[in-house]
Amino acid sequence: MRPGTLPDVPPSAAHPDLARYVTRLGDDALVLGQRLCQWITRAPTIDEDLALSNIALDLIGHARALLARAGRLDGTGRTEDDFAYTRSEREFTNALLTELPNGDFAVTVARQLAYTHFAVLHYASLAHCADPELAAFGARAAKEVAFHRLHADRWTVTLGRGTAESARRMRHALERVWPYAGELFEDDDLLRRLAASGTVPSPAPLRDTWLGRVTGVVTEAGLAVPAPTWSATGGRAGLHTEEFGPLIAELQSVRRQFPGGTW
Amino acid sequence: MVNASTPAPVAARRSAQEVRERVAALPDPELPVIGLGDLGVVGRVAPGADGVLEVEITPTYLGCPALPEITAAVRGILTSCGHPDGRVRHVLTPPWTTDRITPEGRRALAAHGIAPPVTPAPDSPVPVALGAVPCPHCGSRATRPHSAFGPARCQSVLWCTACREPFPHLTAL
Repeated sequence: MRPGTLPDVPPSAAHPDLARYVTRLGDDALVLGQRLCQWITRAPTIDEDLALSNIALDLIGHARALLARAGRLDGTGRTEDDFAYTRSEREFTNALLTELPNGDFAVTVARQLAYTHFAVLHYASLAHCADPELAAFGARAAKEVAFHRLHADRWTVTLGRGTAESARRMRHALERVWPYAGELFEDDDLLRRLAASGTVPSPAPLRDTWLGRVTGVVTEAGLAVPAPTWSATGGRAGLHTEEFGPLIAELQSVRRQFPGGTW
Repeated sequence: MVNASTPAPVAARRSAQEVRERVAALPDPELPVIGLGDLGVVGRVAPGADGVLEVEITPTYLGCPALPEITAAVRGILTSCGHPDGRVRHVLTPPWTTDRITPEGRRALAAHGIAPPVTPAPDSPVPVALGAVPCPHCGSRATRPHSAFGPARCQSVLWCTACREPFPHLTAL
């Protein structure tokens, strides 16, 4: 964001737990947005190029709102750019699903299917949380992600009911992505504290609804929802996959070459 | 006669209503055919608790790339209206929807080849109902969705089967 154009926002009282939680959500959106940006000029069609870059733009917009808020809640006054460009890999707390490499187009679709169905439910549940700013964000973001969900649903069905090859790839993609979905609903001490104090709802109870909805789409696609034998975890604690380093290096490269640069 | 010792003229302090009118007349950076007022993004314009004039803007999309430009333009209006310390607040509640676009704004969009939003059924995220959006070129309703994502975040692309022209449609939200 150009200097001098930041919106004027009132200061908010420090709330370290909520700051960490909001950072997680912001990291999910930022990292997935950055991954989707890697499709630009490489998508199967120009319409798909526009679709994926539009979705990425929305996600980065969500990340900006959330990370700027985190900087006010943790009392550091860091901006969204500080969070994106000056943290190390270990300081990112996104769910591992969001950093998975794009793979072929079907893998990206499967990742979008898992994330968008989660995000719509999660943001909608935030719309009723105790924090008014976060509630307003949740109501708004849920509508935007519902549009992305439509895109993921359509492609899942199109590929699943397409050719034998597209169905094979979609099946493989679901199997590749599914072990990473569980982490989105994982509870830890932070989430339990926030839920117990009534600050924000836990995502764990959303899992059944999520499973019902994605099963509906996958079934319509003529495929089956995988039952993974293992579940990935660690992203919320800053432990990432091997492919995460290059992604963050790419995200931060311009800022590192031109510290303090603006455009 | 102005000489070097004369201080720079201070802009006359205009009323909140005048500031509001000028902000409402600013063109939207992504859709310059429509003013911010007709787009429905200008909220309350009134002094805050400390007496400083505040302009509320409701972003259309959270990631709208035009938002910094809009904010800077509103700041410019505040300064030129004698409120150099004025504030721009981004307000998310209630969220912006395409229902906020005024009839005048809808006419301006259609006149420039952008189909105004057609409100979808309640609770439906489906942006375009088949055949429901009239073509802004020939008026035919024989149109169909082409791409849910268009040239700007707020637009999808439809295809007119009568005049065979593609056209942007402001996605209903």
